[in-house]
Amino acid sequence: MTAPRLLDTRSVVFLTLIAVAAVAVPMANLAAEPGSALHLSSFAVSLFGKYLTYALLALSVDLIWGYCGILSLGHGAFFALGGYAMGMHLMREIGPRGVYAHPVLPDFMVFLNWDALPWYWWGFDMFWFACLMVVLVPGALAFVFGWLAFRSRVTGVYLSIITQALTYALMLAFFRNDMGFGGNNGLTDFKDLLGFSLQSDATRAGLFVASALALAAGFLICRFIVTSRLGQVLVSIRDAEARARFLGYRVESYKLFVFTISAMMAGVAGALYVPQVGIINPGEFSPANSIEIVIWVAVGGRGLLAGAALGAILVNAAKTLLTGWAPEIWLFFLGGVFVLVTIFLPRGVLGGLTAAGDRLGRRRRREYRPRTATSGRTTQPAE
Amino acid sequence: MRMFALTLGLLAALLTSGAALAQPLEALVAQLPAGGYPDRARVIAAIAESGDDRAAGVLEALAAGELFALKADGRVVRGIERSGETVAVDPLTGAEIGPLGRRDGEKIKVNNALRRDIAAALGALTLMSPDPARRLAAAARVFAGADPGQIEALDAALARETDPAVRAAMMDARAASVMASDRPLAEKREAIDRLVARGDRDALSILTAAAASPDAALAAAAEAGRAEVERVRALWGTAQNLWYGLSLGSVLMLAAIGLAISFGVMGVINMAHGELVMLGAYTTYVVQEAIRAAAPGLFDWSLAIALPLAFLVSGAVGVAIERGVCRHLYGRPLETLLATWGVSLILQQAVRSVFGPTNKEVGNPSWMSGAFEIGQIAITWNRFWILIFALAVFALLLAVLKRTPMGLQMRAVTQNRRMAASMGVRTDWVDALTFGLGAGIAGLAGVALSQIDNVSPNLGQGYIVDSFMVVVFGGVGNLWGALAGAFTLGAVNKFLEPHAGAVLAKVLLLVFIILFIQRRPRGLFALKGRAVEQ
Repeated sequence: MTAPRLLDTRSVVFLTLIAVAAVAVPMANLAAEPGSALHLSSFAVSLFGKYLTYALLALSVDLIWGYCGILSLGHGAFFALGGYAMGMHLMREIGPRGVYAHPVLPDFMVFLNWDALPWYWWGFDMFWFACLMVVLVPGALAFVFGWLAFRSRVTGVYLSIITQALTYALMLAFFRNDMGFGGNNGLTDFKDLLGFSLQSDATRAGLFVASALALAAGFLICRFIVTSRLGQVLVSIRDAEARARFLGYRVESYKLFVFTISAMMAGVAGALYVPQVGIINPGEFSPANSIEIVIWVAVGGRGLLAGAALGAILVNAAKTLLTGWAPEIWLFFLGGVFVLVTIFLPRGVLGGLTAAGDRLGRRRRREYRPRTATSGRTTQPAE
Repeated sequence: MRMFALTLGLLAALLTSGAALAQPLEALVAQLPAGGYPDRARVIAAIAESGDDRAAGVLEALAAGELFALKADGRVVRGIERSGETVAVDPLTGAEIGPLGRRDGEKIKVNNALRRDIAAALGALTLMSPDPARRLAAAARVFAGADPGQIEALDAALARETDPAVRAAMMDARAASVMASDRPLAEKREAIDRLVARGDRDALSILTAAAASPDAALAAAAEAGRAEVERVRALWGTAQNLWYGLSLGSVLMLAAIGLAISFGVMGVINMAHGELVMLGAYTTYVVQEAIRAAAPGLFDWSLAIALPLAFLVSGAVGVAIERGVCRHLYGRPLETLLATWGVSLILQQAVRSVFGPTNKEVGNPSWMSGAFEIGQIAITWNRFWILIFALAVFALLLAVLKRTPMGLQMRAVTQNRRMAASMGVRTDWVDALTFGLGAGIAGLAGVALSQIDNVSPNLGQGYIVDSFMVVVFGGVGNLWGALAGAFTLGAVNKFLEPHAGAVLAKVLLLVFIILFIQRRPRGLFALKGRAVEQ
């Protein structure tokens, strides 16, 4: 099998779409007259920006699930940690403009009668430090967790369940007031970022463009990884872990590498999410959120990076529409999607479309088709 | 001395106004304003002797300075603050008379000596009450007040007390009063022994106070007593934690055991398990509503009726999930996990749409309400019966797995699916039945949980992570693993809680399990053999 190209047709189409959105959405908001058919409200810009950060999060899950068979039900934890790192910077940016007008301490700490900043808040007044933490904290957690889990060969549903326990434990911990992350209410009331007010249209447009750029960069990184030799080893681990190990590959190291990279991407997504949504609270750690991310990937198409991003946008657009229109239907819809997609659309919307296109007689693409790729009994010969 | 005065007063009342005893309470109350403090003391004693049920209320009002003599007609009224203004009410009946202006009445004054008389009279009044419950309450009040002046009254009451419980309470009250008095050391030592035997937090505080007394001998005796009480209390505290742990463990086991067998046999995780538990709880609710409407007399049987129904409802839904969803995802455990999660969302929303999002009221039958005590630990009946029930379900399941043909087939499929199939076991039937059995047990768990938890559409979600932890910790496909896992986690959680707080204890437990999985990736009781190696 020849190595796949870094940029195949689908990737080019995907990147072009991102570029078009990155230009068109801010233009429609800033340049078009309010009231004209082309005008896009600032709310919509932030909403679309949020979808893009979700798309980046879905990419990170697809990288490990679609290409390495690691089903993480706790990826929301890395997303939320990145979000908290950015939220801490935004809290420090508020400075003396808080309700209690304390020069250093955020409002909730004044409220709790704390007299000094805890050590883990040090340095977050500097933007570069916060950006570093956005990547390092989720990365470090993923590294430690993955090192422990993969070395002990915790796989399959066991791994899924303990990743869920991880995010559940973090949720409980962040709900505590004395953790110093705002407890129940989380971090909110942000004022500005790098001196630009978060309320202004221009800043919102800027954040949208930043999200689009991050999505494109994340896509290229994933694409680079999966088209490299390393990516082919990952796929072989996904399809037959034991065989890859017997062939001499250090399976743990490959898994650990890709898991850590994926957590870092999730952290970046969280960091871009927080200023656009304006709040981060422990609810982001809830296990249900993390499971939802996986379904975005499944809807769009597992193992097709663009598919994951597409799935995230599709499902969240549906969520926005349905929860506004008939909230009680939303859970029926989401539940139905979980069931129907796993049974009838194992390759997701994009995978299904591609297959349909192939059947219409177009030139067959040389691409890898994921098999029923888990540690299931039927897929694996006796070892 | 005061006691002497009171006795004197009593005697005087008896002798001088021999009619006082015969006088009704109304007449005695009317005499209160007249004369000086000595006269008042006599009337108080007479009121105490009247044996009237309403006497205590009058004396309490008098001690609180709420009794007034109206200037107009000299009538005695009780002034009660009601929404900012004082209202006059009859001191005996409580009937409202009218507003009480500042100048309408004169307060019936009491001095400290009278207040002590009243307290003693109140103590004596209730200590002698014909109602054992009131005597018990009086003894408890004396214990809390620890007034040396009450010792005589207690002695008198003890002399004619026959009820052992009240007697014990009076002895305790006497010991507390002795500790507060200036009685000789020997008596105080006896009192210390009595308090050590009582051994609760109040006894501890009395002993702690006595241990700081300037009298060295007494302080040493009290200190020894305090150490003893603390040791015994620590022991009981451990026992109490153990009980809480067992109780939590039984709940966890009920929630997890159904999950454990379906996970064990099919290797799939049923994320809708918590919702099947919730369905069981709602079945109980529906049964109880039906009983309330049709035959209220059967209410104590409601749980017995709900159990088989809950088993059938949840079991049927479980079989439907297996036939409708899991069968199509055979051999893809991760996809099964996602699909059953979808089912759980649908079930939650369905229940929310039908029954509404609020908590539903599920009552306890009479035999599950209340609590009983063993030593210093209180055990509620519902927790007790749930523990028994959990163990019964466990025993039943064990019998099904070990003694029935179906159990044999289930174990065969758990150990080696292909081999079992080759031997003629219809594995798809075994799958469906196992799933149904696990779901049915979830329904049984729901009936039990409806007794201790809020019955709401979110009931299942609260248990899902915990029950997974039990399964992962205990090991798959092994009932003993689920038992050991549930009780270990329950006990560890409850022993951590007093030190770390409820939330942190849970976080620590999850971290512990995550680390534990590194050591034993297949749980505490891992199945051994070729087939489970993947």
